[in-house]
Amino acid sequence: MATNSTQPPAHGWRGTLQQFLAPIPALGFLLGMLACVLIEKGAGEGLAGLLGLPKIPILFGLVNIFNVIGGVVHMIKGAPFEVASLLQIPASLAYFALVYLLPLAIVARLLAKPANQVAGGLQGRSLLISVLIHLALLYAVLHLWTTVNDYRLITLKIMLVAVLFTLSLNVINGYMGEFSCSHPGFMAIGAYMSSLFTVGLFVDDKVLGAAKLGFSMAYLTFPLALIFGGIAAALAALIVAIPSFKTRGDYLAIISLAFLFIVKSLFENLQGLGGARGISGQPDWASLPVIFIVVVVGIWVINNFVTSSLGKALNAVRDDESAAEAMTVNTRKTKMAAFMFGAFWAGMAGGLLAHVLRYVNPAMFGIQKLAEVLAMVYFGGLNSVVGSIVGAVSISLLGEALRPLEIFKWIVIPLLLILVMIYRPTGLIAFREFDIRKILRPKGSLDEEV
Amino acid sequence: MALLQINHMTHYFGGLRAVSDFNLSIEAGQIRGLIGPNGAGKTTIFNLITGIYTPTEGQVEFKGESILGLQPNQIASRGIGRTFQDLRLWRHMTVLEHVKLARYSKLTYGLMGAFFDTPHRNREEHESEARARELLQLLGIEHLADQIVTNLPYGAQRRVEMARALAIEPQILFLDEPTVGMTPEELTQIMDVIRSIHSKLGLAIFLIEHRLKFVMELCERIQCLVFGEAIAEGTPDEIQNNPQVIEAYLGKDMVET
Repeated sequence: MATNSTQPPAHGWRGTLQQFLAPIPALGFLLGMLACVLIEKGAGEGLAGLLGLPKIPILFGLVNIFNVIGGVVHMIKGAPFEVASLLQIPASLAYFALVYLLPLAIVARLLAKPANQVAGGLQGRSLLISVLIHLALLYAVLHLWTTVNDYRLITLKIMLVAVLFTLSLNVINGYMGEFSCSHPGFMAIGAYMSSLFTVGLFVDDKVLGAAKLGFSMAYLTFPLALIFGGIAAALAALIVAIPSFKTRGDYLAIISLAFLFIVKSLFENLQGLGGARGISGQPDWASLPVIFIVVVVGIWVINNFVTSSLGKALNAVRDDESAAEAMTVNTRKTKMAAFMFGAFWAGMAGGLLAHVLRYVNPAMFGIQKLAEVLAMVYFGGLNSVVGSIVGAVSISLLGEALRPLEIFKWIVIPLLLILVMIYRPTGLIAFREFDIRKILRPKGSLDEEV
Repeated sequence: MALLQINHMTHYFGGLRAVSDFNLSIEAGQIRGLIGPNGAGKTTIFNLITGIYTPTEGQVEFKGESILGLQPNQIASRGIGRTFQDLRLWRHMTVLEHVKLARYSKLTYGLMGAFFDTPHRNREEHESEARARELLQLLGIEHLADQIVTNLPYGAQRRVEMARALAIEPQILFLDEPTVGMTPEELTQIMDVIRSIHSKLGLAIFLIEHRLKFVMELCERIQCLVFGEAIAEGTPDEIQNNPQVIEAYLGKDMVET
């Protein structure tokens, strides 16, 4: 999709910001982030103490700030409130500015020139090498960031799983334009089936019995477990797809919602799979690098699909189905394939989630999960890979940050969604094509372009 | 043997007979017109041939084979391209994407090719893009390739639809009122476009039209449809002077006086 690249530079503080950021390539930002996490690792503890914070803020100080706001909210309900805790708000902001904002801006800007030269050099070579270098840097940043504490690690893992899950739903709700509610069901099937594979085969378990196999490199079978879960989810999708794609309209929404409830109560009642308690004790195989690789591969494959002509056929079916048919598109096959494809990746995400949490039970995959993933898809933007990444990351972060507000969290997030729907009806970054070449290419300064 | 041969095609919508005993034979490379007042069933005939509806009775043969009961996409990929009276473009897609997508049935890389970005896929996508650009050039809209269709003026959207229909490499092109809503200037332009695609690609064209001047100038043979029945067939001159046609268009009183 064409985006207008020759926008006139905006004025005021936005213009200044644009001018400041324009010459920095993706590589520069990654190096800036690396500097941030290194600074935090080296000096974070001391700085936090200096600012009067109990320890290093876990999510950029967001949790600290909302803890205080949560305290205020609880005060209204009559709980005691420490006025001194108000100081944590400016302290957290100062910490964020000193550790993240300023180093990122300064390092990224200072290294812009050499980073551009390197990016320019990489542009001339194979795209694969360039992508791998950028990904390695990104992984290094994430890894260092999570070494500070375990809460960060689990939050990041769940966030990455959410990215894959959101993207897989965007294929159906965004690219194909059908409204599917069964996605948590597919995730549940993926989670259970992959757990069945790993726990059933390699772990002594009360529900699933003794380990059937045992060898030292058993974790190498983890991709197989995930794919097994994904395929099971895709097959389940076929059951939903056959009746609902015979006709157009709201059938899919209704049938898929019914499917979600059926799957949930099925797992609740299947005593062989642990009933309402589910399965626990999954082997700890979903480490950060494994999740990172699976999510990157997932984004790559999904993006390949939606940018191919077979994937574009989905957009055609969404915008005008009879025109698509008249132009030789096999609409039924297209819809079925996309639906099963989306379900497959939801199943993969489910498998990852089960092994991150190391338990799985039916209650995880209820209507709340559906609301969460729909929020991520619609907040981030329909029909857009970047949108899904942004949506999943921002809603997960927000969900974690707003945790101190307890029940009020479920007032703030829906309100935010309503605002997005009013001002950007299709989401923040909708209908944008994800072009890795464009993202990685070196940037000229704004003056040169004009 | 005729390219498209229709014998005794009849269609009912419930109890209403929309098309009755319609016969047609179009030779390769011929331009044919179908005229008639509003509601005569012209678009229904298009929809019956292209598989959106299945005729209640009758035979439809294309290149000597029956295409009755096939899905619209199967019929299209055998070589029948069409445009729609109410433009049916895909509103979030660019011009180039429209034309490329109509080559769907020519792609052989399959789902695995789509998922894993294979060389096979890259080759076919490039071929498809090159072919799409040629068609855009033929229709004079190559400069609009990267525009989203909804941003384009009406005349350009018509051309996009035609380019898209040509991308399926049809042997016959159905045009459903290609001049509707056009200014006289756009009208002469689109006439030139139709003439040039006819001469360059050598395909047969079957068009529905309201503007008689347009049909008379373009078509070799014309049929006139009234209430689902073909009341006359002939060359433009014959049709113009046929009392039944004049009656259908202007009313009985005008003919008598």
